[in-house]
Amino acid sequence: MKTLVLVEHDNAEVAAATLSTVKAASSLGQEIDLLVTTSSQDVVQKASKIEGVSKVLSFVDGQFGNEIAEDIAECVVQVANDYNFFLASSSTTGKNNLPRFAALLDIQQISEVIEIIDKTTFKKPIYAGACIATVKTNQEKNVLSIRTTAFDKASAESGNAEIVEMPLTDTSSKKSAFVKNELTESDRPELTSADIVISGGRGMQDADNFKLLDGIASKLNAAVGASRAAVDSGFAPNDYQVGQTGKSVAPNLYIAVGISGAIQHLAGMKDSKTIVAINKDEEAPIFKVADYGLVGDLFEVLPELESKL
Amino acid sequence: MKILVPIKRVNDYNVKVRPNQSNTDVDLSNVKMAVNPFCEIAIEEAIRIKESGNADEVVVVTVGDEKHQEQLRTALALGADRAIHVKTENPLQPLDVAKVLVKVFEKELPELVLMGKQGIDGDHNQTGQMLAAMLGLPQATFASKVELQSGIVEVTREIDGGLETLKAELPAIVTTDLRLNEPRYASLPNIMKAKRKPIDELDLGALAVSLENRVELVAVESPAERQEGVKVESVDELVDKLKNEAKVIE
Ligand SMILES: Cc1cc2nc3c(=O)[nH]c(=O)nc-3n(C[C@H](O)[C@H](O)[C@H](O)COP(=O)(O)OP(=O)(O)OC[C@H]3O[C@@H](n4cnc5c(N)ncnc54)[C@H](O)[C@@H]3O)c2cc1C
Ligand SMILES: Cc1cc2nc3c(=O)[nH]c(=O)nc-3n(C[C@H](O)[C@H](O)[C@H](O)COP(=O)(O)OP(=O)(O)OC[C@H]3O[C@@H](n4cnc5c(N)ncnc54)[C@H](O)[C@@H]3O)c2cc1C
Repeated sequence: MKTLVLVEHDNAEVAAATLSTVKAASSLGQEIDLLVTTSSQDVVQKASKIEGVSKVLSFVDGQFGNEIAEDIAECVVQVANDYNFFLASSSTTGKNNLPRFAALLDIQQISEVIEIIDKTTFKKPIYAGACIATVKTNQEKNVLSIRTTAFDKASAESGNAEIVEMPLTDTSSKKSAFVKNELTESDRPELTSADIVISGGRGMQDADNFKLLDGIASKLNAAVGASRAAVDSGFAPNDYQVGQTGKSVAPNLYIAVGISGAIQHLAGMKDSKTIVAINKDEEAPIFKVADYGLVGDLFEVLPELESKL
Repeated sequence: MKILVPIKRVNDYNVKVRPNQSNTDVDLSNVKMAVNPFCEIAIEEAIRIKESGNADEVVVVTVGDEKHQEQLRTALALGADRAIHVKTENPLQPLDVAKVLVKVFEKELPELVLMGKQGIDGDHNQTGQMLAAMLGLPQATFASKVELQSGIVEVTREIDGGLETLKAELPAIVTTDLRLNEPRYASLPNIMKAKRKPIDELDLGALAVSLENRVELVAVESPAERQEGVKVESVDELVDKLKNEAKVIE
């Protein structure tokens, strides 16, 4: 039996999350194939270069330009016989797609896997990362969503997989349709794969002040993140949210500015290598996880920090 | 139009849940329980749709033991019209919950199912998508805006790159994200009124759903604790540490 990994992309580039998912898949010790649904041949070519992959099942068609979970599930079900493991990252795309086909195949999915112990035993965080559960599957076929921050990345260059063009049935779902995207424009590195992340919380006070993070982010080539409170208050877009119910990040350096350190926020960043906290309240819980804490008013600290980098 | 809202009983989000002594499960004894926050958002949205005249009835359903009635009462106090309690002593996994909800759906035939995107306990984020798949219905997950038009629902979704808008034919399954609304609190008169609203009890056994023990819990541990670091006195000291000690910037 083989492992199937769903490729995530924006119809131009393969997402870094897919490289980590392939790496995770390699620890299952079986042949790995990829499944790509896209409107662009380009992505298929790029996917075929990923290290350690045997075949790329390529579904290329205009209908796949915007991914509708219903359609993707149909493609997976079509090839499911050859596979006993189905993996994708636990990005919003993975979260949207995996349970849909898992249910069609009558499989109980295992979400947010951080460690593959063997082919039946996995670790995953529960309760906002307050506990780590070890679970054992009794199923012959399994669907795993992978917390990508817990795995290295497979090389995007060293592979040479065979591309298999898949016959297209009309999977375009009749019952739902894409209307529009409003994507956040940014030239910064992507939040979940950036080396350095600087995040702002409610302490930033408003959207204008939130821009104080930008200068530092530019100097450090960092991604900008936010707490839920900052997103709810409209200081930052929803896709900046780091935490239990937002994105998980584990950069080399995470700088938390005006963030108190609620368990839901920590759930998304406490695996970062080095953590810096800047907060005027020396009792703030964020200092408990910080390697370096600076007690001070962020409105004084941030301009000084920017000038000294 | 009828809206069905599946809700889940979970720990209060302020409680830090810990493993039990033998590390075989979490210790939920003496933990304050509540309606899952994402389910509260789903209830609120359903009630707002009803208040705007676009729905006639809001029905809440939960699958679980006797204590789950507390959460159903909360939902009724918030404005749901009636409740269904599918009774079982076993903790079910999302696939099982979805199978149970299929039966409830077939009985109630709602035009819209509004539910949470994830339980804040298991953090699975699966049940809604599974229910949609089994019913062959469209799904719109992680909703931050829900607009009903005739026969369709337009949903703005929170995705990793920003926002995406989808249109789906009704009936559809919509799962809620944090920015959809800010749930209200129940007023005392409504809490009193809720005591008289009906809760239908169904025995899980009577629903003819076959459940299997597919994924077993083997152990529950605390994660490795981070060492608390040091406080630096100045920006200069911070920059110096980051460059020369942690070596994470140049
Ligand atoms: C279901 C659910 C899911 C959630 N999911 C998430 C999630 O994914 N991510 C997340 O982040 N949260 C999440 N939360 C919210 C979480 O519980 C906290 O409310 C939130 O993280 C608080 O954000 P904050 O630290 O920015 O704000 P606050 O807790 O208000 O902290 C602001 C901090 O700024 C400091 N400050 C203020 N002014 C200054 C200044 N001038 N200089 C320096 N410091 C200053 C204060 O001392 C304080 O510590 C969730 C909650 C629920 C119920
Ligand atoms: C520590 C731990 C141990 C566990 N052990 C076991 C075990 O030994 N065996 C086992 O079978 N399962 C076990 N579970 C699974 C647990 O019962 C699941 O968390 C639950 O079935 C649903 O998962 P979820 O809420 O995370 O799903 P999600 O997919 O995250 O939930 C999304 C939405 O689905 C709806 N929903 C979910 N559950 C219900 C419900 N019961 N009634 C109505 N609506 C609902 C709600 O609208 C909710 O917002 C365990 C979970 C944990 C955290």
